[in-house]
Amino acid sequence: MKKKYLFLILIVSLLAPVICFADEPSTLDTVKQELQTNINIVWTCIGAFLVFFMQAGFAMVETGFTRAKNAVNILMKNLMDFAVGSLAFFVIGFGLMFGTKTGWFCGTNLFCMSGSETNSWDFTFLIFQTVFAATAATIVSGAMAERTKFVSYLIYSFVISLVIYPIFGSWAWGSLFKGPEAAGWLEGLGFLDFAGSTVVHSIGGWLALAGAIILGPRIGKYGADGKSKPILGHNLPIAALGVFILWFGWFGFNPGSTLAGNASIGYIAVTTNLAAAAGAIVAMIVAWIIVGKPDASMTLNGALAGLVAITAPCNAVSPMGAIAIGSIGGALVVLSVIFIDKVLKIDDPVGAVSVHGVCGTWGTLSCGLFNTTTGLFYCGSFKQLGVQAIGAGTAFLWAFGLGILLFLALKATVGLRVTADEELKGLDLGEHGMEAYSGFQIFSTT
Amino acid sequence: MKLIIAYIQPHRLEAVKTELAKHDVAKMSVTNSLGCGAQKGYHESYRGVEFDVNLLKKVRLEIAVNDTFVDTTVNAIIAGARTGEIGDGKIFILDLSECIRIRTGEKGGDAIG
Repeated sequence: MKKKYLFLILIVSLLAPVICFADEPSTLDTVKQELQTNINIVWTCIGAFLVFFMQAGFAMVETGFTRAKNAVNILMKNLMDFAVGSLAFFVIGFGLMFGTKTGWFCGTNLFCMSGSETNSWDFTFLIFQTVFAATAATIVSGAMAERTKFVSYLIYSFVISLVIYPIFGSWAWGSLFKGPEAAGWLEGLGFLDFAGSTVVHSIGGWLALAGAIILGPRIGKYGADGKSKPILGHNLPIAALGVFILWFGWFGFNPGSTLAGNASIGYIAVTTNLAAAAGAIVAMIVAWIIVGKPDASMTLNGALAGLVAITAPCNAVSPMGAIAIGSIGGALVVLSVIFIDKVLKIDDPVGAVSVHGVCGTWGTLSCGLFNTTTGLFYCGSFKQLGVQAIGAGTAFLWAFGLGILLFLALKATVGLRVTADEELKGLDLGEHGMEAYSGFQIFSTT
Repeated sequence: MKLIIAYIQPHRLEAVKTELAKHDVAKMSVTNSLGCGAQKGYHESYRGVEFDVNLLKKVRLEIAVNDTFVDTTVNAIIAGARTGEIGDGKIFILDLSECIRIRTGEKGGDAIG
């Protein structure tokens, strides 16, 4: 008995300093809070760096799906839309998107991050949002590949990161930084887009559609009878590497959008991965049925379709729901690529409109169906689905409408398309005066 | 002297080289080429669009020989390249007016062998 008491006294005396701390709850809470804040910053930065790497993914996918004579051009477009977009978003875009609003339209302060302290959360948030803006911008380069004037593309990159992306973003995500006084009207309606199926992907996809329409198809894409002809991508291994990089980057895109280091990261990584896997499988099967072979380029698009679709609902659906959403995305992308190519006769060399526009819209709507609290399949109400449709429809009108105006304006001023002669020789020589594969024998007559 | 030019299926090149080596023909030039003939290409599909590939990948062999070696060489090429299917290729034989070895300046039959 005595021994037991002695032991207890020893324990208590050892714990004394800790217990003293516990007597002051404010100190412990401060430590906990500071720790959580730092974990949030570290995780959000890791997310941002992963999403930055998606630029490399886009560059590789687009290079692989197009011809060798235009590889330098597409790499330059992917490099420069990030560079131009980063500056434009820092100076103006971020303020329009996250600044406090005086009306409903857009933010009106925070330009050049004015008012932010050096070592605050603000800059972590800025870098995360910058790489998102750049993702929306770079989607367009693939759809406009192999025929767009480089200088026009630079101007387009500037405009999307400066106003088109941020203003729509402020309607859906405005309150993420400054709270209610910066909230947008779409989030006011209850519009859900966790990581950007609409805000990032549909906006990019519908701008890509506008660009591809105003540009017209590449020379040789459609015969005199209007029949679609294939223009083969020159490097499927590089395209596949790009898709793997994008899939990897998506683990920053979706789980990173928690902006917090907590258990939901792992859950969102699972829903994201399941949707991507289901998308790849279903796209492969649908392509196999339609064209008779498991087309690699379609299957690669299918993985991306699943990823784009799950981006909006990734935090709010069950794993089975994620599989369903990815599967439908995978089927949609194959049908959409064929429909846009053969029926609409719009030349989108990499399938950007189908992957990002169509599947982004599907993902946004799916959040109104599969959301485990407000979705139609769980609570029986159409309300969420209706709000999602309003958001997705607004994104289409905004991005496609402004896209048409922007590209028409570029066409009328600096010109949107290179000369036919330059297009045939390749934009690498025409726009950049160099070749991608000097020393290799490239044998191509198209 | 003759110049033998043969267009063969790319995947028969190894067999043709083996046959030629068996008959002591060790000198040749090989280039990749595209061409079409009775085989009429094949069907491919890319991103859901089907198309005909008309120009097929072939391998072009050039072998310069003395007149006495023509039959041996031709027979060796046929032995290696023939599958009996359309697309096995063709052999052309041309007169060769001169042959000079750059290193030694030898001419004619001496230079070829």
